[in-house]
Amino acid sequence: MAFLKVSSPHAHGPMSTGRVMRLVLMATIPGLVALTWFFGFGTLTNVLWASLSALAFEALALKLRKRPIAFYLNDCSALVTAFLLGIALPPGSPLWLILVGTGFAILLCKHMYGGMGYNPFNPAMAAYVLLLISFPVEMTNWLAPRGAVPASELLGPVDALLRSLGIGSAPIDGVSMATPLDILKQNDALLVDDLWAQTPQFGTVAGIGWEWVNLAFLLGGLYLLYRRVFTWHAPLSMLLAIAIMALLFNDGGSSASGGGALFNLFSGATMFGAFFIITDPVSSAVSNRGRVIYGALIGVLVYIIRAWGNYPDAVAFAVLLMNFAAPFIDHYTQPRTYGHKKPNAQEKA
Amino acid sequence: MRKIWDIHGGIHPPENKTQSLQDNIRAAGIPAQLIVPLSQHIGAPAAPIVNVGDRVLKGQMIGEAKGFVSAPVHAPSSGTVAAIEPRVIPHPSGMSAPCVVINCDGKDEWISHQGISDYRSLDKNTLVDTIRNAGIAGMGGAGFPSSVKLSGGKDKPIDTLILNGTECEPYITADDILMQERAAEIIAGAEILRHIVEPNETLIGVEDNKPEALAAMRAAAEGTGIEVVSFPTKYPSGGEKQLIQILTGKEVPSGGLPADIGIVCQNIGSARAIYRAVCHGEPLISRVTTVTGEACSTPRNYDVLIGTPVQYLLDLSHFDASRCIRLIMGGPMMGYTLQDTAVPIVKTSNCVLAPTVEELPPPPPAQACIRCGMCAEACPVSLLPQQMYWFSRAQEHDKLEEHNLDDCIECGACSYVCPSNIPLVQYYRASKAEIRQAQQDKIKAERSKERFEARQARIEREAAEKEAKRKARLEAAKAKQQSATKDGSKDDIIQAAIARSKAKKSGGADTPSQDPAQAAIARAQAARSGDAVSETAEEKTARLEKQLASTEKRLAAAQQKLQLAIDNNDDNVEAFRSGVEKTEGKLQTLRKELDAHRASQAPAPAESVSDDPAAAAIARAQAKRAGGAEAESPYAARERLTTQIASTEKRLDAAQQKHADAQAQGDANAAAFATAVEKTQAKLDKLRAELAALPAAEPEPPAEASNADDPAAQAIARALAARNANAELSEADKARNAVSSLEKRIAKTQQKLDQAQADGDDNAAILSDTLAKLQGKLDEARQALDALSQEEN
Repeated sequence: MAFLKVSSPHAHGPMSTGRVMRLVLMATIPGLVALTWFFGFGTLTNVLWASLSALAFEALALKLRKRPIAFYLNDCSALVTAFLLGIALPPGSPLWLILVGTGFAILLCKHMYGGMGYNPFNPAMAAYVLLLISFPVEMTNWLAPRGAVPASELLGPVDALLRSLGIGSAPIDGVSMATPLDILKQNDALLVDDLWAQTPQFGTVAGIGWEWVNLAFLLGGLYLLYRRVFTWHAPLSMLLAIAIMALLFNDGGSSASGGGALFNLFSGATMFGAFFIITDPVSSAVSNRGRVIYGALIGVLVYIIRAWGNYPDAVAFAVLLMNFAAPFIDHYTQPRTYGHKKPNAQEKA
Repeated sequence: MRKIWDIHGGIHPPENKTQSLQDNIRAAGIPAQLIVPLSQHIGAPAAPIVNVGDRVLKGQMIGEAKGFVSAPVHAPSSGTVAAIEPRVIPHPSGMSAPCVVINCDGKDEWISHQGISDYRSLDKNTLVDTIRNAGIAGMGGAGFPSSVKLSGGKDKPIDTLILNGTECEPYITADDILMQERAAEIIAGAEILRHIVEPNETLIGVEDNKPEALAAMRAAAEGTGIEVVSFPTKYPSGGEKQLIQILTGKEVPSGGLPADIGIVCQNIGSARAIYRAVCHGEPLISRVTTVTGEACSTPRNYDVLIGTPVQYLLDLSHFDASRCIRLIMGGPMMGYTLQDTAVPIVKTSNCVLAPTVEELPPPPPAQACIRCGMCAEACPVSLLPQQMYWFSRAQEHDKLEEHNLDDCIECGACSYVCPSNIPLVQYYRASKAEIRQAQQDKIKAERSKERFEARQARIEREAAEKEAKRKARLEAAKAKQQSATKDGSKDDIIQAAIARSKAKKSGGADTPSQDPAQAAIARAQAARSGDAVSETAEEKTARLEKQLASTEKRLAAAQQKLQLAIDNNDDNVEAFRSGVEKTEGKLQTLRKELDAHRASQAPAPAESVSDDPAAAAIARAQAKRAGGAEAESPYAARERLTTQIASTEKRLDAAQQKHADAQAQGDANAAAFATAVEKTQAKLDKLRAELAALPAAEPEPPAEASNADDPAAQAIARALAARNANAELSEADKARNAVSSLEKRIAKTQQKLDQAQADGDDNAAILSDTLAKLQGKLDEARQALDALSQEEN
């Protein structure tokens, strides 16, 4: 009778990497529903194409790297990247744009660095930035939300598919409309209150639809927090940093205003970024203190780019910049070990 | 309500404690055989004090503590010592260690023992000794001798005494049930500890998942001032450092002991054992052990004799081996797997866990680390496990130390939560071992460096001393020579003799009686004598003898090495062989040189035979040397005698010649020379008689003869045989041989030369040179032969 010879611990917790990824995928459902409700089926086609292509690219990369394909596909990390990119892209983006994005994300940003766990940058955000810089027209072509236009103007499932494939006499076009962050950025004449009154895109605290989409992602994020997929440190500090920056630089709503705290928190990709992007463990800082700093700096950068930069939204840029800084943050945020007076990094400094 | 601190991290694995709490503690009984390891504790193993075949009684000491950090072991039941030998012990490595094996007689007969009725009247040291002699070692898992913890507190006052009843590992209920059923004994033990340590406060820490134990302990502690503290269940609260943090908020300094912050911590099982030892005189020979896991149909706690084989307990619990793929000693978090069910229960064995495959499935393959940080969340000592994992994989030991790898308590919380199933603790253990190994290697390297430097210094010193001695000798010899030339008269004769002998030596090549080899040696000596002018004859003899002796030794060593190499089929056989041959060559040269030297010196002592004390001393020494060789074999004797005869013959020749010369010249010393000739003749006769008296010797040395296939030995034998044959030949025969061998060599060289010339070889010139030289030698040899033939005729 031969017993196993293994070292302790013998028990293992219920969590697995695949399970973590599937929880993240599940948590995007409220946001996806909100996006679909307000902007039509374009986001779902994004996610569909992104998922299929990401899985194909992942399998290709694994095959080229001679890794077991099923074992790694099963961890669902490529799917998560695909979902995040699909959500970030304007609804109903063309297939070629999505292919370029997922190819860049999976092949270059992930596998060129050694695959799962080794990528210094968040693949979805890196791909998003690549597309934004390379194809600015396609990337800023946001559809108008329900409420600002009649429901009949929204993309239906078939329309969305045809549009993404570029089929039809002319590409089926929903009504494009600037996002609230765009409007605020380009405004240099009206006071914020006047702008609010004159523009149909604005809703209760932020843009029509956008406020709900952000709320939905907040909900999904809270679910992940509850399931202990990540800790509160990075998201909370990012949201707090954005709010504090907005309060600090709130000039009472002049034409140059960067918008109030609530507006910033519920606009653009704030909640999506806070709970689904900066919580990507691979490319973020690792210790809790480090994550507080990491999140806060992302928040500050988001506000700075939104208020004074050239791009209306800033989450992707802020995240990529802080991905660079993560190892540096890690070095200075080593926790104090039990029985030690100070963390070792500080003892040496 | 006491303030409870929280520890960082921690996890909540399924507790699985109820299964084994369905029943009371049951006595496991006496197995047929007990295997009692001599090392069941941290520190030096105990030394056995019984012999195989001895009858031992229950409680009798069978191994005594060796050193301060050590603990004795006792016979858990009466019986006979069947063996004292290495057996497989409970250890993660599955290693064997010395055990006393006792065949139990079933009588369970106690040795006479007596408790201390009033320990409070006793000296503390006596109490600590009692605890030490009872062999009590930490029963919570580590097995640190309890007495050591108690005897260290003289310089550091102890503020808090903590009894650990946490038992945070899943499945294990040994402490839980002990607290439920033996609360009074534990409290009594705590009182003894209090008496020894004299703390300001005594706390008993129990997790809140043991309400019955808490109630029992609180009832027993009523009115004693001992506080039973309950705190939230979380793994690993039961670690000593963690419990201290929970109960006091203090942290044991890294690398330090609880005593450094005024705390002593003992397991509640140990406290109970201390009570039994002090109040009943019973050493630690049994403990409560949980046997659980779904592969055992009746999980429960047993009161087990130390040394009981695990198989015995599994049988009691209806263990189904077919459902179990791993057997764990300890809990699922920190326990280690057993390979052999024959291993005994020891003082630290709190649990035997036999899970089914479904219960604790084999670990799935590890996935890539996604840096999720759950491990850092779970770590109770605030390490960064995933960073350490990267460093461990890259073997960056500096970084690991910088990240406090040494503070890792190997609780397994990080591995438990890792979603990628990375065996983190295993990496840390491996790295710890690597670092330990590297440190040891470093120490070793430093030591050998020191050794090397010391040796280097010694060699230099010796060389310098040697040089100084040599110089001193040189000076002395010069001074002597100078004074001798000044003195004149008496020493003149010796001086003259030396001069003559030197002249003769240098002119030796012309002497027809000497063979060409001898002439070559003489030439070499002449060349050498350039730097050895000052060497006196005696010194030269001594030097040559010394060289000869050392070369003989070297030859013997080289032959031994060669033999060894041949036996081992070594690649270096050839190298050794050529070494042996070279040494042999040298030895022969040296012998010849010595012989030649002796021959040349022979007349010198004869000249001053009447009163030269130096010559007398040499003679005595030689006599002594001959006498000292009593133990020599017939073969060696034969060899020695042959050599001596040859050299004496030469000396005789030389002496006769000198005598003739002296007579011809009308020298005053002619008479002395005649005496010398007579004496040498007498010696020669005596030697020949001795040789004849020897038993007929074997042709080859017996030791070497057995190695018929040893080429080196054969070569030696051939050389010796040739030498012996040579010694028996007359001078004329020798010369004839020399001539014929030279002729042969010339023929061969001529052949080679022809060949080389035909091929246009570069070596032609060299060969023709050689040929010319050989021709010269041949001429010399022929002349010598002619002279000899004339003499004979």
